Amino acid sequence: MTEAILHVFRGTNEAGGTAEYRVPIAPGMVVLDALHYVQSHLAPDLAVRWNCKAGRCGSCSAEVNGRPRLTCKTRMDTLALEKPVTILPMKAFPVIKDLVTDVSWNYSVNKKIPAFEPRAGVEWKMSQQDLDRVQEFRKCIECFLCQNVCHVLRDHHKKEQFGGPRFFVRVAALEMHPLDGRNRAALLKEELGIGLCNITKCCTEVCPEEIRITDNAIIPLKERVVDRFYDPLVMLVRKVRGAKD
Amino acid sequence: MTTKYETHEHDVLIIGAGGAGLRAAIEALAKGASVGVVCKSLLGKAHTVMAEGGIAAAMANVDAADNWCTHFRDTMRGGKMLNNWRMAQLHAQESPDRVRELEQWGALFDRTDDGRILQRAFGGHTFKRLCHVGDRTGLEMIRTLQDRGVSLGFDVYMECAVTRLLIDAGRIIGAFGYWREHGRFVVFKAKSVVIATGGIGKAWRITSNSWEYTGDGMSLACEAGAELMDMEFVQFHPTGMVWPPGVQGILVTEAVRGEGGILRNKLNERFMEKYDPKKMELSTRDVVARAIYTEVREGRGTEHGGAYLDISHKPAEYVKRKLPSMYHQFRELADVDITKGPMEVGPTCHYMMGGIRVNPETAACTLPGLFAAGEAAAGLHGSNRLGGNSLSDLLVFGCRAGRGAAQYANDHPAPSLDSTQIEQAEREMVAPFERTGGESPYAIHHDLQETMQNLVGIYRNEEDLKEALTELGSLKDRVARCHVAGSRLFNPGWHLARDLCSMLLVSEAVTRSALARQESRGAHSRIDFPDLDAAWGKKNNVIIRDGDSLTLRASPVPEIPADLKQILAEDS
Repeated sequence: MTEAILHVFRGTNEAGGTAEYRVPIAPGMVVLDALHYVQSHLAPDLAVRWNCKAGRCGSCSAEVNGRPRLTCKTRMDTLALEKPVTILPMKAFPVIKDLVTDVSWNYSVNKKIPAFEPRAGVEWKMSQQDLDRVQEFRKCIECFLCQNVCHVLRDHHKKEQFGGPRFFVRVAALEMHPLDGRNRAALLKEELGIGLCNITKCCTEVCPEEIRITDNAIIPLKERVVDRFYDPLVMLVRKVRGAKD
Repeated sequence: MTTKYETHEHDVLIIGAGGAGLRAAIEALAKGASVGVVCKSLLGKAHTVMAEGGIAAAMANVDAADNWCTHFRDTMRGGKMLNNWRMAQLHAQESPDRVRELEQWGALFDRTDDGRILQRAFGGHTFKRLCHVGDRTGLEMIRTLQDRGVSLGFDVYMECAVTRLLIDAGRIIGAFGYWREHGRFVVFKAKSVVIATGGIGKAWRITSNSWEYTGDGMSLACEAGAELMDMEFVQFHPTGMVWPPGVQGILVTEAVRGEGGILRNKLNERFMEKYDPKKMELSTRDVVARAIYTEVREGRGTEHGGAYLDISHKPAEYVKRKLPSMYHQFRELADVDITKGPMEVGPTCHYMMGGIRVNPETAACTLPGLFAAGEAAAGLHGSNRLGGNSLSDLLVFGCRAGRGAAQYANDHPAPSLDSTQIEQAEREMVAPFERTGGESPYAIHHDLQETMQNLVGIYRNEEDLKEALTELGSLKDRVARCHVAGSRLFNPGWHLARDLCSMLLVSEAVTRSALARQESRGAHSRIDFPDLDAAWGKKNNVIIRDGDSLTLRASPVPEIPADLKQILAEDS
């Protein structure tokens, strides 16, 4: 029987390192299957988050051989098994234990975003064409891989000033909803710090739902912020009229 | 006493944050209650995200002739008339409003040409009735409810598991549980509790269900003295993946058949012609699951023991647009391009029709202060659920449970907690660490799944069911002796040791009910009693706890009023 060697992070935020496990390989096996094998045969207290095991819930994110992935969609036969497979927790979030990280910061950012509010008196009709681009954003499964690879969060630790790609995707879905009546430009600029994104597209690259985060969500939102706050003509008019913002 | 434990107080405590729990929370908040939601996973990850095909609601956007009467009739016929008629009526009448509400909270369903919510065909539904978003309807629903709840301001206790309901003087007063993260214990004080914990599929080996589906809520309610009903009716979805082994059981949405997918055996025969020539692939799930099972058993199965399901006769772009998750799932996990060739599919344990017995109007259980909704509750689906009726169930009865629980909380004073129950609950939880020499909970779980898969599956007989009861008894002893290694810090082995107790209770309830029902009806098929029996059609099996054991009694199916009988008699 073919065997894979896994190097899995064991430990907490304070202390830890990788432990080695040998796992038999079955056809079509994914990394999450290998981790479940470790749990049921070798280390019953190995902490792993997962739910659907079908790429639908976004729970099982980790870094496999250095690449941020959903472990339920990463086939073992796509990895070089002659070398050990390294499985580490997402780097941008504090480790709770083993592969489980503290992602609660994401939930606190989410709370800052005002929900959908229909314009007064709308008729509940929308054309599919108008929905196509919004439905792309609604595919997000909140795996937080985009947050994990974004250098503003991962390397520069700007969690206080910056919302991250996941929440630009959420705001884009709201802003481009054909019947939404709110304007979230100030929120994007002030609270979510969209200006800090310098469109390196790392988020788009890792998105398991293939959402074109940078092109379709972030850039149009940046344009909205620019239109709202930095349009020279509008600024001039405001100045003349004495408006405050 | 309360200083020893972290304690939170709410009017209404909701256990479970899937569609039913979140809808209940929103409704209870709207009625002015303070609401706490406890969930085993992170918010937004509940099993509702796995729902694919759509929400059944007679909106008549595509088929103008549709109305609640037809939906009611389809649901009752699908459940072989064992359904609670009042639940089926309320469900059919209220689901269109519950769907419109989702849209008003920001959900974006696929559209008709004139801009209304698009509806698709599904098994057992007379008309095109399922409101959907491609094949990710559940995700759209849970995200919408989650955002709505967050904006209204509920408190969510994520990655927290309830292990015991607290009772005083015959009513609910709260719940005891632990935080998965650090393993510390927590007490919730509440005037009323809603159970919305979903199903029990993890007791079977081949299942579409996630690790969370361990029957916690049914087991908690039963232990607290509430009644369970219709536990013999476990739905095996006809189409789960069968190959490769790691993905066995993962759901292949019924929407594939709804969009025109065809089932064939290895001889290239369209075998549904033999089992249901009228509805063919869009027959009810019990019929299609048995058909595939029979084809395989009689030697006409595919290479890996399933049937072929083919949608590749439709244009590739259409398939990718209407079934994007299926396209990706098969491409990435099975190396199959479903726009070019067939999928291999076979039955997978999917849904529990039975559950906690509730009052149709308020979702109240037989225990005062306790409410239940969604898959954890029984009654709406009878002996077989139609596809799409689950999401609408979550909305309609989640809403009613939230309202019922808020009303109860409003009418009753705040309870005071009793420390002996809490201390006992704590002792139960730490015991697996203190025992030495017992086996790992994973080994016991493996054997439980084999037992239920082999002896309490699609086809049942007396001998197998009796053997299963004996086996469950010895598994119970093994769980009582099992040992958990490591610390209480995020320890899945420890969590499984507790979940096994719930799985064993519901497994026993399923097996006892299946043994009692000497007929075949809906999802319950007895080889030794292959026909419908009119006398059994008048009885629901009810399970109650009696000391340390479960007892079963038959309860009469409520009489259907004359006007609804008239609707049922009409031809659609």
